[in-house]
Amino acid sequence: MHDTYTFMRHFADSWALLALFVFFLGAFVWVWRPGSRVLHDAAAQSIFRNDQVPADDTAPQQDPQGATRGGRNGGDA
Amino acid sequence: MHENEGCMAVFRMIALAVIAVLAAIAADWGRDLAYSVHAFLVMLIAAGLFVWEVRRFGDPVPVVDRSRYMDGPVRAGVIATAFWGIAGFLVGTFIAFQLAFPELNFDWSEGYANFGRLRPLHTSAVIFAFGGNALLATSFYVVQRTSAARLWGGNLAWFVFWGYQLFIVLAATGYLLGATQSREYAEPEWYVDLWLTIVWLAYLAVFLGTLVNRKEPHIYVANWFYLAFIVTVAMLHVVNNLAVPVSILGSRSVSLFAGVQDAMTQWWYGHNAVGFFLTAGFLGMMYYFVPKQANRPIYSYKLSIIHFWALIFLYIWAGPHHLHYTALPDWASTLGMVFSVILWMPSWGGMINGLMTLEGAWDKIRTDPIIRMFVASLAFYGMSTFEGPMMSIRAVNSLSHYTDWTIGHVHSGALGWNGLITFGCLYFLTPKLWGRERMHSVAAINWHFWLATIGIVLYASSMWVTGIMEGLMWREVDDQGFLVNSFADTVAAKFPMYLVRATGGIFYLSGALLMVWNMWMTIRGPQARPVSTAVPAE
Repeated sequence: MHDTYTFMRHFADSWALLALFVFFLGAFVWVWRPGSRVLHDAAAQSIFRNDQVPADDTAPQQDPQGATRGGRNGGDA
Repeated sequence: MHENEGCMAVFRMIALAVIAVLAAIAADWGRDLAYSVHAFLVMLIAAGLFVWEVRRFGDPVPVVDRSRYMDGPVRAGVIATAFWGIAGFLVGTFIAFQLAFPELNFDWSEGYANFGRLRPLHTSAVIFAFGGNALLATSFYVVQRTSAARLWGGNLAWFVFWGYQLFIVLAATGYLLGATQSREYAEPEWYVDLWLTIVWLAYLAVFLGTLVNRKEPHIYVANWFYLAFIVTVAMLHVVNNLAVPVSILGSRSVSLFAGVQDAMTQWWYGHNAVGFFLTAGFLGMMYYFVPKQANRPIYSYKLSIIHFWALIFLYIWAGPHHLHYTALPDWASTLGMVFSVILWMPSWGGMINGLMTLEGAWDKIRTDPIIRMFVASLAFYGMSTFEGPMMSIRAVNSLSHYTDWTIGHVHSGALGWNGLITFGCLYFLTPKLWGRERMHSVAAINWHFWLATIGIVLYASSMWVTGIMEGLMWREVDDQGFLVNSFADTVAAKFPMYLVRATGGIFYLSGALLMVWNMWMTIRGPQARPVSTAVPAE
């Protein structure tokens, strides 16, 4: 029992800590990776598409520049 | 296909009949009142559903238009949010008066409606019933729109909605009848916990299934927050409620944890209920509805991703700050304190991201009362996420802990951040879901905003004053080293502030009543047009 605790404790403050920290910093690096701007802008605009009905099965929306602000259902205010 | 449907109906009827009989036996053999009442309730529901199944047997299966969004559960969730909101605020205002006037703990209702029984009813009603239904409704709305896909699982979404309402009713009646495991925000007993686990896994399945079916290449950030909320709450709920029932025919259970481990598990759960239920879930609402109402994309999508990872990485460690100066080891309470302070950064990053979405459209704060509600909500989010880290510092906590300052902090977050953003979402959703152009009365939204804001200000400021006063009175010693004040002295000194707090509650409740009237008139009003959005036959 005690050995299990000691093992878990050492694992937690060494490899587990390192792995979590690397993942955390990795998330920052990933967000600012080159070429992400276009994808992020497209994602930010996605709330203005498909407001009324689901997208057609035959024509998945892959075009990041495909929507304009206000989208299909402008005039929400 | 048709025969298959008939077989399923017969199977459902048999299952319902078995449940009704078993529940009747459990109601008879139940070892305590709460358990028997709950078994009786389950029996009534199963019998009612059985009759309903029999009556519709052989009816043609309604055709569902799969090319539309499934908004039925969202509409039901919007109504349930408003209903439970009023119930929760009403009980909250009543218990605020009970604290000011103990005579309101009536002799005839002793043991059922005294403060100790009503207080968990209030907290669960506002957090899990009002907040929970708001999260259910908005997550179902948002995940469909941002995935461009209909809800996965057919009527499973309806099971989630009604199953969750049953959980609320079982929890609430259980509190009044004395079934509680005395864990804050996790009071419901073992069988209610098991039921919620089933409903929650169904919720996770509907949400994930819809995401898998998405037509958009990217999973919009609001869904990340909703998903973190669903997954983490499942984990917290299961671990904190690990318990052994004393009898399968009674509501009592014994926790698997004891001593300081028990306390730490409870506050790991308790603080993350705030972090993932009331923060991550509601940030999901913020990241969809604020940009949508402002008709502008979120200020920085990169910041929203950083906000997400930073928030979930940091929040999960903050729980020990509830256990300063207890048997908890110092290193653990320091860990909780440090993570709470660091948490300030992502919280304010998120607030700035929401507020700056209005960049170039600041005039909307003046012209659009719904935007004003969202902005005030984010302002209260910022205030309470500054106040929280400060109160988690051990030295500050030595003054604030066990005082009403904590209650004030909780309410500036809950009434300000969670309440106002939910009202904003209800005002956004009601006209959309019922095919109206706008809410019945925009002036009433404005009135609601001011009633709610004045209510929160009265509430928070009175609790700051009385909390700090109480903390200072408790630690005051004379030149001989003796305590100057008795506990009863502080209770007497708090009376005026209790009155101000209860008045704040009345303001907040009146605003919510105005909202319900406004929603009613929008949905059912005489000049309202018929529903123009397609309603799938469900």
